[in-house]
Amino acid sequence: MRWLRAHWLEILFNLAALLPLGLLVWDFARGQLTANPIQAVQLRTGRDALVLLVITLAITPLVRFFRLGCLLPLRRLAGLYAFGYASLHLVNFVGVDYGFNFGAIFADVGDKRYVLAGLAGYLLLLPLAVTSTHGWVKRLGRNWERLHWFIYPAALLAVVHFFWQTKADFRQPIIFGVLVIFLLAARLISLSRRLKQPGRGI
Amino acid sequence: MQKIKSSEITPKSLFLTRRDFIAGLGAVAAGAAFLSACQGGSLSSLPPASEPNDKLTTKRDITSYNNFYEFSLSKDDVAEAARNFKTSPWTVAVGGLVANPRTYAIEDLLKQFPPEERVYRLRCVEAWSMVIPWLGFPMAKLLQAAQPTTDAKYVRFETLNDPVEMPGQADTSFDWPYAEGLRLDEAMNDLVLLSNGLYGETLLPQNGAPLRLVVPWKYGFKSIKSIVKIELVAEMPVSFWMAAVPEEYGFYANVNPDVPHPRWSQATERRIGEYQRRQTVLFNGYGEEVAYLYQGMDLKKFF
Repeated sequence: MRWLRAHWLEILFNLAALLPLGLLVWDFARGQLTANPIQAVQLRTGRDALVLLVITLAITPLVRFFRLGCLLPLRRLAGLYAFGYASLHLVNFVGVDYGFNFGAIFADVGDKRYVLAGLAGYLLLLPLAVTSTHGWVKRLGRNWERLHWFIYPAALLAVVHFFWQTKADFRQPIIFGVLVIFLLAARLISLSRRLKQPGRGI
Repeated sequence: MQKIKSSEITPKSLFLTRRDFIAGLGAVAAGAAFLSACQGGSLSSLPPASEPNDKLTTKRDITSYNNFYEFSLSKDDVAEAARNFKTSPWTVAVGGLVANPRTYAIEDLLKQFPPEERVYRLRCVEAWSMVIPWLGFPMAKLLQAAQPTTDAKYVRFETLNDPVEMPGQADTSFDWPYAEGLRLDEAMNDLVLLSNGLYGETLLPQNGAPLRLVVPWKYGFKSIKSIVKIELVAEMPVSFWMAAVPEEYGFYANVNPDVPHPRWSQATERRIGEYQRRQTVLFNGYGEEVAYLYQGMDLKKFF
């Protein structure tokens, strides 16, 4: 009971983060993933990864500006879920869409710069997911925080990836782009303030 | 009981070797599958998009997955958004550089040019495709009745312009109404249909009711929907997508695996209802019927 009281927010967050996956499976089971289910899975997992990335980025500013320290344990969770949905996104592309036919993937990818942007973003997230454990935080010390700044270029690449694959309706990529840039700016402002205080580093 | 001739009975030794042979085949197939999985296969191992007896796409998929920005930017929302679209009364004005301009009521048009069934592949520029049993009549018949003058070089088509009936037209980032064009000799090709139905039934709004163009060797966006105006002109018309994104969409828009969209490949496609991709085929597999139209043209330049 005490455990529940201490962790209710994390439990709630886990459930919320798993909800899109549950809905995806449910819609698949009902045959409700449009006439092009592979593309629907691709669009939905990509969107979910991006939403979770933005949530991850929003937690530190929320903690700083609104003193919502209770949110801090959610940051790693959100980041890991973002990575999880991005992984589903990648696996669906390579394994389901192209059936692991690497010849066809390479023939196609040269003409698809959005794939390269997405892949670059994913590769930036990979070391962050690996070093998300307490052990790695301790081992890397101050470098851990430096390494995890990679989440910003990763999120920007994800937005560029979204932009480049959009045919005409740019509303969603624009919203995500504005959010990521706003959150990056918020971080940079608070960082420069901290740097102005004597005796403190990043 | 019918007697089996002894010559038809397989000797036991042969029977056994055949069994070995089949088992061997299985092993080879498994090995090949394993190898191809390791090596990752190749583009040429995918089946081509055009086959003699293409399986029809289901009516449900054809009527629920639509690109029709006049109703919604989301393909699976178009059917619902277009449900109450009014297609009667409807007229189609045929004019411009013709000897016989005429405005047809849709009923008269279909009476004068009785529709027939034609099964065509439809390849979307977004790299998915369908096989659709259209009802329609050849565009050439309408053009013959209109009698283009010698100055007429192109045909220009226009969709209804009515932001009340078509709420998507309120989006001012596009240049409405939707317009498309064909060279006159392209429009005269026997493959080009003016369609009023599919699967033997009247066209539903999401598929371009009451009258739409079908040009099976070009990307789907050339096949303009809900047509109200057909005009013979001297100059090359500017289509909706040419106006919207000039560097990405040309006038011809012929299906061509070797000419990628600036931001994505056109080498492969997904046939709706299938899981494995297919190789896209030049002119969507209708080269025999249409290649003569582009003789000597650089298709990379005239994309």
